[in-house]
Amino acid sequence: MSVPLAYNLRNLFARKVSTTLTALGIGLVSWVFIFTLALAGGFQSALQKTGSHENAIVVRSGSTAELTSIIPREAAAAIESQPEIARAPDGTPLATHELVVLWNLERKNGTSTNVVVRGVTPKSFALRPRIRLVEGRMFRPGLEEVVVGRLANARIAHLAVGDRIKLAGRAWSVVGVFDAQGTSFDSEIWGDVELFMPVFDRPVYQSVTFRLDDPSHFGAIQKRLESDPRMSVQVKHEDDFYAAQSATLAGLLRGLGLFVTLIMALGAVFGALNTMYAAVGARAKEIGTLLALGFSRGAILTSFLIESVLLATLGGLLGCLLALPVNGITTSTTNFASFSEIAFRFEVTPSMLLSGMIFAAVMGALGGWFPSRNAARRVIVEALRQA
Amino acid sequence: MESRNGNLVELRNVHKVYFRDRIEVPVLQGIDLTIREGEFVALMGPSGSGKSTLLNLIAGIDSPTDGEVRVAGESLGTLKPGKLAAWRARHIGFIFQLYNLIPVLTAYQNVELPLLLTKLSAKERKKRVLKVLGLVGLEARAKHFPRQLSGGEEQRVAIARAIVADPTLLVADEPTGDLDAKNAAEILTLLQRLHAELEKTILMVTHDPHAAERAEKTLHLDKGVLQP
Repeated sequence: MSVPLAYNLRNLFARKVSTTLTALGIGLVSWVFIFTLALAGGFQSALQKTGSHENAIVVRSGSTAELTSIIPREAAAAIESQPEIARAPDGTPLATHELVVLWNLERKNGTSTNVVVRGVTPKSFALRPRIRLVEGRMFRPGLEEVVVGRLANARIAHLAVGDRIKLAGRAWSVVGVFDAQGTSFDSEIWGDVELFMPVFDRPVYQSVTFRLDDPSHFGAIQKRLESDPRMSVQVKHEDDFYAAQSATLAGLLRGLGLFVTLIMALGAVFGALNTMYAAVGARAKEIGTLLALGFSRGAILTSFLIESVLLATLGGLLGCLLALPVNGITTSTTNFASFSEIAFRFEVTPSMLLSGMIFAAVMGALGGWFPSRNAARRVIVEALRQA
Repeated sequence: MESRNGNLVELRNVHKVYFRDRIEVPVLQGIDLTIREGEFVALMGPSGSGKSTLLNLIAGIDSPTDGEVRVAGESLGTLKPGKLAAWRARHIGFIFQLYNLIPVLTAYQNVELPLLLTKLSAKERKKRVLKVLGLVGLEARAKHFPRQLSGGEEQRVAIARAIVADPTLLVADEPTGDLDAKNAAEILTLLQRLHAELEKTILMVTHDPHAAERAEKTLHLDKGVLQP
């Protein structure tokens, strides 16, 4: 049987200062770890949510983002005439062709950033039913009016309803704000595509998006369009397309974050190591007594290892508590795939908290290993002799 | 007991040598010793005579440089460390000069420690712990931590811990060395009772002649040699 857990727990509370300091160190690292995951996760989630699996998006072959794509008008018309496309109540295809330009605008904090300005059709809204107007009204086709995403409205200057914003040499009235449920559309400015094309001097669309009448038809339409000699395009599920855009940056955010976390973790592990060595040193006589009573060396090793992991788990818990308030905070980054600003919310999920706890426990186990082994290897007679 | 002839402890030509800065320091030199089951033996001798080393060898927490130590039917030199730990748990009850209670555990939990190494149920353990705490007169102090007890009480808890698993041999290293005369006398009376009423075999190291008087038999050790 093992050394009672009360022995380890009470010892942790008996040396409050060193326990608190070590747990703080580990907690801070866990916090950074969870923060990093929440940052990358929030970014990825914003882009992943942007697309729907029921929709397919067509861009130029080889393009990873709409910005580098070209779909000529004739190609768009040919795509939208495919029989597998679902129909709107009025019998027309549930499809839209969109123009995407980047425009440099001023943030509310005075700095500038690239914002996606998207030319859309009424079907653009029908294809994304989650998008809702939350303030003002919809823009009217043919007029110099725009609606803006909720996060663009919050972060970019002059995007309040009633403001006028200068784009391509003209002043556009902001007439409404829409909520795209935390997707990347929330960081965009939307207006009439047919008006945008001449104004922005773009003769082509960037993408065509449509709803499939039956998801199982995706393969057929993909094969037909991608082999059509009149155009050079690729067809993807809309969600896959946006998820792929997020992969690089999310990976980079995670990689950088984890690198910083690992360096900090090294420090925290040494902290735990130091604390546990001190604990083992101060309790030599107790270790000698337990060994003399007949507790095995394995039981002593396990006991001190458990103590170190308990200590680190306390830190992990602290890290989780510190990380919780981060959840939902909006931040922004430049999406490398589109060179535009995308605002998103930190997402702290239960699995991230669990990962943070496990990370802390691993730090505790690593820091506790050598001191625990040292405790288990004590020579009984010498340990008993220590004051 | 496992011994063949009523001898609980048998030492044959036991030597122990320590090295201090590469210099050989002989501590025990050819000890031959027999302790019979149920005896209460005091081991006396001046400081540095090797009393505690001899006690540690018999208790299985140290090993001889040469010779055989046979206790409770087992030749200790043949046991691997894991087996030796289990052997100690089964056969030896330790009483230390400075009590060696675990400060963060209550009197009850300290006494329960050796029972955690047995297969007894929690209910059975509780019965046994309360019984021995009653025996040493500290049932009411079960929930106290060592720092809340007097020296004499601490040693009584330590004795309760030593006897709770009903070991074959009690080894006591200067059990009264840190106590005032009154408490020392109480502890010695308790040890005598354990010997008389429970027929415990006790080996007690002491340099106090009054303490040694309480034992049935006194052995004298000087410069690593048992005196005739």
